[in-house]
Amino acid sequence: MTPAATVGSLATGTVNLAAESRGFLSPTGVEVVFLLVGLVTFGAAVVTVTTRQLVHAALWLVVALGGLAVEYLLLTAEFIAWVQVLIYVGSVVVLLLFGLMLTRAPIGRSPDADSGNRWVALAVAVAAAATLVWVVVDAFRTTWIDLEGAPAGSTDVTGASLFQHWVLPFEALSVLLLAALVGAIVLSRKAKAGTAAGGATATGPSASGPSASGTTDAGRDTEGTR
Amino acid sequence: MHLAYPAVLSALLFCTGLYGVLARRNAILVLMSVELMLNAVNLNLVAFDVWLSRTAEETLHSGQALTLFTIAIAAAEIGIGLAIVLAVYRNRGTSDIDKLRDTAEGRESDGPDAGVSDSDASATKAAAEKAEATA
Repeated sequence: MTPAATVGSLATGTVNLAAESRGFLSPTGVEVVFLLVGLVTFGAAVVTVTTRQLVHAALWLVVALGGLAVEYLLLTAEFIAWVQVLIYVGSVVVLLLFGLMLTRAPIGRSPDADSGNRWVALAVAVAAAATLVWVVVDAFRTTWIDLEGAPAGSTDVTGASLFQHWVLPFEALSVLLLAALVGAIVLSRKAKAGTAAGGATATGPSASGPSASGTTDAGRDTEGTR
Repeated sequence: MHLAYPAVLSALLFCTGLYGVLARRNAILVLMSVELMLNAVNLNLVAFDVWLSRTAEETLHSGQALTLFTIAIAAAEIGIGLAIVLAVYRNRGTSDIDKLRDTAEGRESDGPDAGVSDSDASATKAAAEKAEATA
């Protein structure tokens, strides 16, 4: 046996030893909590994409995103977790709810929330899920995250790395946010008499409130017949 | 923690979002599904960043920086997307993706009859609605 092969077999032996010392069937407390919160998150995501009540979909999305924030906390990425709570749960879902209200989504069950190609979509999603899960489990079967010690994503660590190594992308991102803000204002302004719109991104949907409320009755009729 | 837990969860969430994007009809529900997919990617990035920062002693924290960038871009995307959806709704009276097939090629000639009549009906309805609104 060549020395390289010996080293290789030794390495795999230590990997196997490490795997046996951790064990699949004796999950740690963090793993159990991660699994439970993950089940809740996945269930909420499934309800989000399958429910027929549009407003409920947005509210279940809150559960899914909040569960993901808890998963970030369990992975010791505190800063990302609180950013997730602030931006996703705090503003994105509110924007989505505003959008649902301004497009006058029906409050009750809407029978045509899903399109006709639902079964094709289900087949594609299940095939993709099976492939991805198989590949991921096969690739990282003997890989463990070491969660001991100092948290890997505290505000201190994240801020230091962000402003030491990632300053240029950060600044470019601020330009992109400005462009998106201006674009949202321009898009949501009324074409003819639209001088009333203005402000931040959040005013994009709300600025079109008066125009949308002008067609309330006719829109409600069409929503009812659909 | 076993790395497979967050990886599998993010794969499942991504496929849930994929199903939502393909199967939903309302444009805002499609945007919600896109958010789910972006969040799945974020979870993957955070998990691998925490793993690599310990095993490979990678100090760039590229995963978490990319996660923050993804969150910011997702916020911009949802703002622009909702503005577009609201503009479409104002012009057409519907936020139904299946009915927005004006630029589809060959839809009028050989498309399914139900779809064509549906879109025609919705177009006339939207026109009537606009006339009513402006009157």
